Amino acid sequence: METVKLTIDNREIEVPKGTTIYKAAKSLGIDIPVLCYMDLHDLKVENKPAGCRICVVEVEGRRNLAPSCSTDCMNGMVVKTHTTRVINARRTVMELILSDHPKDCLTCPKSGHCELQDIAVRLGIREIPGQEFAEMSTYKKDFSPSIIRDVDKCIMCRRCETMCNDIQTVGALSAVNRGFMSVVAPAFEQDLEKSPCTFCGQCVAVCPTGALTEVDHTAKVIRALSDPTKTVLVQTAPAVRAALGEEFGLKPGTSVTGKMAAALRKIGFDFVFDTDFAADLTIMEEGTELLDRLTRHLNGDKSVRLPILTSCCPAWVNFFETNYNDMLDVPSSAKSPQQMFGAIAKSYFAEKLGKKRDELVVVSVMPCLAKKYECQRDEFKHDNNPDVDYSISTRELAHLIKSFNINFVDLADEDFDRPLGESTGAGVIFGATGGVIEAAVRTAYEVQTGKPLPKVDFTELRGMDGIRSATIDFNGLPINIGIAHGLGNARKLLDDVRAGKANYHAIEIMACPGGCIGGGGQPLHHGDSSIIKARMAAIYREDAGKTIRKSHENPYIKQLYEEFLGKPMSEKAHHLLHTHYFKKGNKDIFI
Amino acid sequence: MSHIKVELKPEQIAKIQEICKSFKNDAGELINVLHKTQETFGYLPAEVQEVIAANLNISVAKVYGVVTFYSFFTMLPKGKHPISVCTGTACYVRGAEKVLDEFKRVLNIKVGETTPDGKFSLSCLRCVGACGLAPVVLIGEKVYGRVSPDGVKDIIKEYEE
Repeated sequence: METVKLTIDNREIEVPKGTTIYKAAKSLGIDIPVLCYMDLHDLKVENKPAGCRICVVEVEGRRNLAPSCSTDCMNGMVVKTHTTRVINARRTVMELILSDHPKDCLTCPKSGHCELQDIAVRLGIREIPGQEFAEMSTYKKDFSPSIIRDVDKCIMCRRCETMCNDIQTVGALSAVNRGFMSVVAPAFEQDLEKSPCTFCGQCVAVCPTGALTEVDHTAKVIRALSDPTKTVLVQTAPAVRAALGEEFGLKPGTSVTGKMAAALRKIGFDFVFDTDFAADLTIMEEGTELLDRLTRHLNGDKSVRLPILTSCCPAWVNFFETNYNDMLDVPSSAKSPQQMFGAIAKSYFAEKLGKKRDELVVVSVMPCLAKKYECQRDEFKHDNNPDVDYSISTRELAHLIKSFNINFVDLADEDFDRPLGESTGAGVIFGATGGVIEAAVRTAYEVQTGKPLPKVDFTELRGMDGIRSATIDFNGLPINIGIAHGLGNARKLLDDVRAGKANYHAIEIMACPGGCIGGGGQPLHHGDSSIIKARMAAIYREDAGKTIRKSHENPYIKQLYEEFLGKPMSEKAHHLLHTHYFKKGNKDIFI
Repeated sequence: MSHIKVELKPEQIAKIQEICKSFKNDAGELINVLHKTQETFGYLPAEVQEVIAANLNISVAKVYGVVTFYSFFTMLPKGKHPISVCTGTACYVRGAEKVLDEFKRVLNIKVGETTPDGKFSLSCLRCVGACGLAPVVLIGEKVYGRVSPDGVKDIIKEYEE
């Protein structure tokens, strides 16, 4: 490998040719501030438009300061990263950015997590020269069911654009207009809801400022909790427990299941339940559907379409409703765990309590922003009463816990309530890419073959590669499984399926890189993918620690079928636990 | 940006497809495709951009981004008499902005817009090479030199039947 030698802050270093000054400095432990730059190493994406100029450094012999994020190291280069000239330039850059940025930090949802605020603090900006003459570019706020765009706060770093186009291939966002009025927006500056946006929230996850944030439902949750006529249930998604601790200073990958249950009880939820229970239920329905389709296919039924696609991920559902609406009969008709939980809570559990459905309020805590949209879909309402009333993100739960003055870190572990809080290891791994299909295989194998699994762990289905495949031996019957996470990878896999080039029986797709643990509602990882890997490890640790690790062995799931549903895919199960999909967009008519 | 809702006829869609095809449906040729399409249709309404995006296999947001970046592209039909006020350096220092403001006031439109009757549209350009006549205004192909704000009404009157 060809290398170059240079000097940074009087220290010599040799780096591979093509290394940027920023990365070379970082390897020396020199911290250069960046704002627009984002390195998502494991996704093989680097956002470096060199637009903000916060990262400028002095290069001897060069007239102008160089943006270190996008300037390659050269032989003999002498770089200084914090001369007075550099600091002055960074301050000026920051002052210019702030001159066209709202100053409502106190009430900004990003306050405390804002990278712009952080750097302004670091640089000690105390006033913005010429502010009284400066004109501000203003745009109207865009409220969607999941995401709020407040583009007055956009600094044109274009990270969201990179996520939306390069990683997710959704194409909802692009830089539009020119100069002072330039901003990142959907086509024709329409509202996000009218764009192909899937509400995956990956744009929100990388936005350095308050330009893109989630719709905050915490106030509504507090209102429901203080209403004596309501019984308030909460369900928590698998991925939340693997990340929530980060908001309280715990190391990434710290599992906080017990503390979370304790905190939710302290906040005042009447029943602290677990979406993992509904994940087990999903496996019962989706697994049965898989085996049903498979059996019919093997018996030569030509009307059956394979592969079966998982349908737990609402952003993925939005994506295929828009981009693959010629294949709407391919995904499993099973509802997502969030919605299965809501449907069971407001029927089976409401009956048990002797309450009417509108006396119950179901709150979900999700690593996801698309879940906010999902629970508002019309097909998930009954007499205009939604199965899930409010969906809040992991970040919102952290705010809720903080506003209740709960010392989260010191909480003693507590357990979930019964019956909708009992879950197996199979339910837990829904949080990581590959987990849903692994959980499905654990159950489908035993149901199909009638034999106990030789081993519960299917490590061949795990990992961080964007597209993975494996063949599982169902006692002599080879089952081909595909896995994709990140919508760009999903698109590649689905294009192959559509073209008849891929021969899968079942495919799991998650919209977010890493699966739900990397969801748009999780604590911000600021592009550090080691955090996602740590969360993944936490998920599999939790699974390994469970006594019951297969969905069909969950005693409360068995009880639910015995007392209420009959059997998987029964008429009642169909009515409550399955859904259908809609065609969105009209792109195909123009080609 | 505001835009006019249009319904494309099948032959218009076919025309856009033909233009895209002549550039091999190559996304890298987006600007050329937009040029050619604007030449054909006179402007680039949203519906036209949607067809282009579908055929070049890129997002509509991206097409819109390019259309709004380059001032040559327009999403509004030009008026019957397109008015261009030169705001190049020479014209600017000799009062082009006041002339422009007067056109905006008299026609009651902003730069880039067209009067509701479709008669006049207003735009700016940079230098027509007649700096000696600054400030310069173009209406269609006709050049007006040494225009003062007071003269704007008379110029417009010439085009009102």
